[in-house]
Amino acid sequence: MDNTAALDEARDPLIIAENWMKDGKDVAIATVVETWGSAPRPVGSHLVIDADGNFHGSVSGGCVEGAVVSEAVDIIGSGKAKMLEFGVADETAWQVGLSCGGRIQVYVERLG
Amino acid sequence: MDPYALKTLNAERRARRAAILVTDLADGRDRVVKEGDAVAGALGEVIAKAFRSGSSGSVEADGRNFFLNVHVPRPRLVVVGAVHISQALAPMARIAGYDMEIIDPRTAFATGDRFPDVALSAEWPEDVLKRQPLDGYTALAAVTHDPKIDDFALKAALDAGCFYVGALGSRKTHAKRVERLLALGATTEAIERIHAPIGLNIGAASPAEIAVAVLAQVILALRSRGSERNAKGEAA
Repeated sequence: MDNTAALDEARDPLIIAENWMKDGKDVAIATVVETWGSAPRPVGSHLVIDADGNFHGSVSGGCVEGAVVSEAVDIIGSGKAKMLEFGVADETAWQVGLSCGGRIQVYVERLG
Repeated sequence: MDPYALKTLNAERRARRAAILVTDLADGRDRVVKEGDAVAGALGEVIAKAFRSGSSGSVEADGRNFFLNVHVPRPRLVVVGAVHISQALAPMARIAGYDMEIIDPRTAFATGDRFPDVALSAEWPEDVLKRQPLDGYTALAAVTHDPKIDDFALKAALDAGCFYVGALGSRKTHAKRVERLLALGATTEAIERIHAPIGLNIGAASPAEIAVAVLAQVILALRSRGSERNAKGEAA
């Protein structure tokens, strides 16, 4: 669910993805589609990535963004969507300050 | 994702209208369903439910797996009247996830001292609503008891299709209000959408309890949008 009465255009991942598209960039969109346990970001959260690996948004509050970004760059090349699954290890979770230890499934697809 | 779907989705979100991006997880095809669009079959049923709950998730319908990403604007609560009830309602509404604003042209009531942490306009509803129009994801509660202040806002809320419209006052007060709203051009059908007396019937006695009753009724209205269960429990 959106968190403000008005969209925060400068930080909203889907708005950024649309702007990137208008600028002629290749874009991938990652979406949290399932969570188990205490996942840090809710189902529906987005991370958007361009072909150079720039990204906005979050699918895990920092735990797995790196892995999603590198997969996304491949997916921009191939055009083939992928379902990724991550177990957020307790130790990693602790290091980034999350009280999690959950598992998340992230759908990554190319825009267009 | 289809670029056209992204554009459509963002346009709906910017306009504070609810929409769901429906993705078929088998082939990646997606489309945007706007609130009120007719979708047939089992998928239509889960979509209607998702609009009401506001929750995203994977669903199985008609033998296929879909992901529904539900984009519902954050609800606003506009309260006309900087009164006791509003003082209690402001912190409760914030906790429940509503952006609350108070409008009251009476500067003795609408003071920052009485309402420290809430958007407050010490102006007439006519002026404020011109700047910040009401919409389908806004609830309006009119609690001043003063027709000069309440009536315009109530009529505007009915015209804008606010998901909740409530007005404080006894049945007798409301009967007179109905006549005035008819004179302003509201239809009988629209006027019946007004919750009056305001609030769920929980036997509320104090201003704080009435605030609880109002907030509960607002939540019920939001979560029962478009369903048969458009309950109209009322009280104060």
